[in-house]
Amino acid sequence: MEIYKRKSIYKNLQRKIIIIILCVSIIPLVFLGETIYYRFAETYGEKIEEQIKYRVRSVSDGVEVFLKERTAIVATILDTHSFDYLKQQENLARIFKVISRRTDGLIDLGVIDSAGQHLAYSGPYNLKGLNYYQQGWFNEVMTKGKYISNVYMGYRQLPHFVIAVRGYSNGQSWILRATVDSDIFNKLVRTAQTGKSGDAYIINKNGIYQTAPRFSGKILGKSNIPLTLFGRSTTVAEKIKDNGKTKHVAGTWLKNNEWLLVITQNVGDEKGGLLTTRNTEIIIIVFSCLAIIMTTFFAMRIIFKHLEEADKGISELNDQLIQSDKMAALGKMATGIAHEINNPLAIIGEKAGWMRDLLVEEEFQKSENFKEYEQSIDKIEEHVERARKITHNMLGFARRMEHRLDDVDINHVLHQTLELLQSYAQTNNIEISKDFQSELPIIASDQSQLQQVFLNLINNAIDAVEKDGWIEVKTRKKDSQIVIAIKDNGPGIAEEHLKKVFDPFFTTKETGKGTGLGLSVSYNIIKKLGGTIKAESKPSEGAVFSIKLPISQSFNVRKVRLMITKFARLEFELFTKPSKSDFLRVHQK
Amino acid sequence: MDMFRTLVVDDEVDFLETIVNRLKKRKLDAIGVTSGEEALALLKEQIFDVIILDIKMPGGMDGIEALREIKRIQPLVEVILLTGHASVETSIEGMKLGAFDYCLKPIKFEDLLQKMGAAFGKKSTHDKKIRDAKIQELIRYPSKVFDQD
Repeated sequence: MEIYKRKSIYKNLQRKIIIIILCVSIIPLVFLGETIYYRFAETYGEKIEEQIKYRVRSVSDGVEVFLKERTAIVATILDTHSFDYLKQQENLARIFKVISRRTDGLIDLGVIDSAGQHLAYSGPYNLKGLNYYQQGWFNEVMTKGKYISNVYMGYRQLPHFVIAVRGYSNGQSWILRATVDSDIFNKLVRTAQTGKSGDAYIINKNGIYQTAPRFSGKILGKSNIPLTLFGRSTTVAEKIKDNGKTKHVAGTWLKNNEWLLVITQNVGDEKGGLLTTRNTEIIIIVFSCLAIIMTTFFAMRIIFKHLEEADKGISELNDQLIQSDKMAALGKMATGIAHEINNPLAIIGEKAGWMRDLLVEEEFQKSENFKEYEQSIDKIEEHVERARKITHNMLGFARRMEHRLDDVDINHVLHQTLELLQSYAQTNNIEISKDFQSELPIIASDQSQLQQVFLNLINNAIDAVEKDGWIEVKTRKKDSQIVIAIKDNGPGIAEEHLKKVFDPFFTTKETGKGTGLGLSVSYNIIKKLGGTIKAESKPSEGAVFSIKLPISQSFNVRKVRLMITKFARLEFELFTKPSKSDFLRVHQK
Repeated sequence: MDMFRTLVVDDEVDFLETIVNRLKKRKLDAIGVTSGEEALALLKEQIFDVIILDIKMPGGMDGIEALREIKRIQPLVEVILLTGHASVETSIEGMKLGAFDYCLKPIKFEDLLQKMGAAFGKKSTHDKKIRDAKIQELIRYPSKVFDQD
């Protein structure tokens, strides 16, 4: 019952300790992993944003430079040549040829007068003679002097845009106009379309695509990017949700805030590195957790197994103690009962005896029931005798709880014990010398228990010496005591251990070799036998265990044995002071 | 068996009476008393050869105390301790104080008689030795007879 209760307590305790250990080790580990991951993700995200920002800036710079260069070329032609010269078709064609050879990106070149009339044209289309007066860009360039149009279809029915510069000649305005090659322009923007999901395009301030986007939309189509996301003439990077996926959107205004260069990138695509890092981290954490869990369970199992074993040992010891207590109590009870019954039994016995005495008388002899009386008295006496045996046996049982006392010759017991250990000592090259005092008094003691004590002490001495040493066993009679000393030249006992050597379960032997009970049991035996046991040691000088057993005790003990156990006749003179008769006997001599 | 005077001390009246009756029936001179005090009072007036003494007598002097006093008053009287309550201590104490034997109740009457006989025998030997010694002394120092008077 107790064992089961303890088992469940241990199970509970084990569970709690495991939970606590796992909590205090795994939670911080996971927390640390999470923190590192989030810090890393944050930094990584910042880096990605930086990168997009940088990309959008560099592409926008490229586009700006492209447009400025082309504008500059057109303006230079306008500034270095007169209207009259340029309106000649062959002159314009020659100049366009030169330009085409030196630079790319321009498809055609045309000269338009103030009335919108296309006076000269050099390019792949036949646009000469067309009037642009009604076209939006014509008015713009006439007002502003220099103009880059949005992309439009125009007469050629292809998306394109123009760069137009206004000049003065003979008090009249005229325009030099060039069409930009959309392919080359688009290519410039497309360089920023990176990765699997990266997109780059230009929209005008009405949200119309000026270059073809990679996904969802066509040139001159309407973009669904909200323009309010982007601050004026600054480069910004924002994240928006699109189909549940997070996107980085970066934009910068170009061409005097008329066009917006937009670069988008799916976050997931860019975070490949981050995901790899996260997976590696998760694997490391999972393995660490597994290692912690396994170690914890394994260690706990071992610890609790040891604990349960130790507990079992203690519980067995406890049971033995309880058992011996029970036996002692039983013995006491038996003694009490026996004593209480003895007196009435004695009376019954004596009364029956008295009746028998009376039966001898003549009047009873004549009685017809004489035989019956006699038989009844026989029976009574027989059963009193039976009961007497029972009570006396009970007293005997009670006495068995005490030590069994014999005449003990200490030298002889030591001799026997040493014989038992001789071969063990010899194999370890330990020399055991005997220094016994001859004619040591015989004492009354418990021979087998004393032997147990001696065996313990000498065994300990052999263990202490280990190899190549000596042990000296000495007996002496000192005053009214017999002193037995067991000395060895082992490493000795440390001062702090000296006080504890007789404590139960104290041992310095390696685990599994000593129970720590030997000396404790020896101590109790010697104490019960009325003696003392003492340990002395100086480090590296070996140890001496000395036992003192009283001699006078033998007197009492022998008396007890003779009188109580056997109820036999005593040699009376042994126990009394010299009587008068003794005195006289001596005197007579 | 020679005639000898026996005193039985036991607080159990039933036991005491029966023992005394049975001893008397065997023509032995036996007197019973129920306490140590009564026994001591009697011993101061009369000489006994053997005393059968109970140890546990509630209410008054116990057997061991009584034994000590008895041995003081009549050192030569032989005492047989007879008790239902045997204990190591009292038995040792009793024997030390000079009890002849220590018996546990119930005891067979024949055994008790035998022990009493033995006790009386021992006492007779002692008495005889003392007598002999006195006679020897008188033979050696006859003047002492007169001195004593």
